[in-house]
Amino acid sequence: MSEVILETRHLMKSFGGIRATDDLNLAVHKGELHAVIGPNGAGKTTLITQLCGTQLPDSGQVLLRGKDITQVPAHRRAHMGMTRSYQITSLILDMSVLDNVALAAQAHMGSSYRFFRPAAQDRPVRDWAKACLDKVGLADKAHQLTRELSHGEHRHIEIAIALASKAELMLLDEPMAGLGVEESRAMVRLLQEIKGQHTIVLIEHDMDAVFALADRISVLVYGHIIATGSPAEIRGNDEVQAAYLGEESTAV
Amino acid sequence: MLNQDHPKLTLTVMVLLAVLPPVLYLSGQTFYMDLAIRLVILAMVAVSLSLILGYGGLVSFGHAAFVGLGAYCVGIPAHHAIYGGLESLGLATLSGWVHFPLAIVVCGLFAFITGLVCLKTKGVYFIMITMAFAQMVYYAIVSIKTYGGDDGLTINSRSEFPGISLDNPLQLFALCYTVLVLTMLLVRMIVRSRFGMVLQGAKGNNERMVTLGYNTYRYQLIAYVISGMLAGLAGALLGNFTTFISPEMMDWTRSGEFMFMVILGGLATTIGPVLGAVVFIVVEEILSKITIYWQLPFGVLLILVVLYSKGGLIGMMTSLRKSKSKETA
Repeated sequence: MSEVILETRHLMKSFGGIRATDDLNLAVHKGELHAVIGPNGAGKTTLITQLCGTQLPDSGQVLLRGKDITQVPAHRRAHMGMTRSYQITSLILDMSVLDNVALAAQAHMGSSYRFFRPAAQDRPVRDWAKACLDKVGLADKAHQLTRELSHGEHRHIEIAIALASKAELMLLDEPMAGLGVEESRAMVRLLQEIKGQHTIVLIEHDMDAVFALADRISVLVYGHIIATGSPAEIRGNDEVQAAYLGEESTAV
Repeated sequence: MLNQDHPKLTLTVMVLLAVLPPVLYLSGQTFYMDLAIRLVILAMVAVSLSLILGYGGLVSFGHAAFVGLGAYCVGIPAHHAIYGGLESLGLATLSGWVHFPLAIVVCGLFAFITGLVCLKTKGVYFIMITMAFAQMVYYAIVSIKTYGGDDGLTINSRSEFPGISLDNPLQLFALCYTVLVLTMLLVRMIVRSRFGMVLQGAKGNNERMVTLGYNTYRYQLIAYVISGMLAGLAGALLGNFTTFISPEMMDWTRSGEFMFMVILGGLATTIGPVLGAVVFIVVEEILSKITIYWQLPFGVLLILVVLYSKGGLIGMMTSLRKSKSKETA
């Protein structure tokens, strides 16, 4: 558990006068599920965008397996074994469910500069995409239009896409967002299955889910990580209680 | 994408388009052949545009520039073949084997260079910059007096191919129709391929495609180049058909007409752009016979279709069929 796979050093990012990321240092160990929690506006999603490369930090470094990837464009980071899911469901609604997942698979299964053979006959890609949909329990809806599925199902497709990209490192941005109690439980069960096979950075508001799933937790407040530790350590941390958990922690 | 082939409709439209004009022509109605050739060529431009507009979501407002460039790739060599000059480049020729490849290569290059810049922008900016590049070509041609400037250039002799004569309307029609069908098949193949999936994915959600590992800029650029080359080929045919070319054919209003044909027919479909071109040209023809102010009712008609038919004519038909099957059920 000691090998660091993803690391940030003194990461800084401002939008106008707002410091969304402020001297952020994070180390994610190989194989762990590392949760990042923090109040609204703490800069959690901004952190993800800098990790996956769709936004560049103003200063500081992002390291993947010890290699500085701060300037590597997002599409190339994906080929280095990194994938992300979105807090606001970000699927291609006018394509079938299977097509959405197949696009993730296709990116890592040979060149996509192929103009002639129909993609729908691409057996290895389609089979793998179906297997991933099966894992999240949506195999029977593979051929439906993505638009027609429910919000909860969309959240599960997001996970299937992350699985399909075969990424060693998954950055999951609030997979429980907008889910009901029952749906959240299903998502926790799903993440428990995946956990251990991939390194996961989990950004999440749902504290029950976080404490049930995480190996380690980092607490982000105003763009800065104020504490990192096991769930028990975080629960007992006075600074965290004062800054974030507040009344919720006394109820735990 | 799901179920967007409309095989029956496609077959009906294409068979009618293949059979009607020659039959009318042979029965003495030669005027309709002219209309049909123009229609088939413009349909081909619409099909080429649908690759980037319909499947790629790239609203290019400069497609007429490719058509015009393609036409000038016929006109300029033909001009020199008759009046001399450019022999050293081997361009003073009437050979179609020079004209057509030249049109494709020139338009491909133009698409590549402008695409490099245009595709860095998104949305309204993309629309404006594609239009700006097209207008640049327009004014460049206007300023070249050797080729007639804004008076245009008469093509005194059509491209020559062994075995067929483009002076014969039937043969010209057969060539244009064949090229249209091949273009449709090519575009259909591309959009169903791995490449096409990425292109459509980038239309649906560009950022998602980037984080999945696709350099969407490159995919869009390739599509833009293919689209430009196909439009250039159509332009070469158009030059051979009209035998008169002028900068007017690359005016931004022309680009708008092509966009309209694609949107009218239905964006991401094989037959949509062809259907759009057919309806556009037939309605234009009918209205202009009734009144010289035909553009007014035409405009109103266009607005109504855009407002009330989601997915163009194809979308209208599909929703009609759906509501019918609901009634019977």
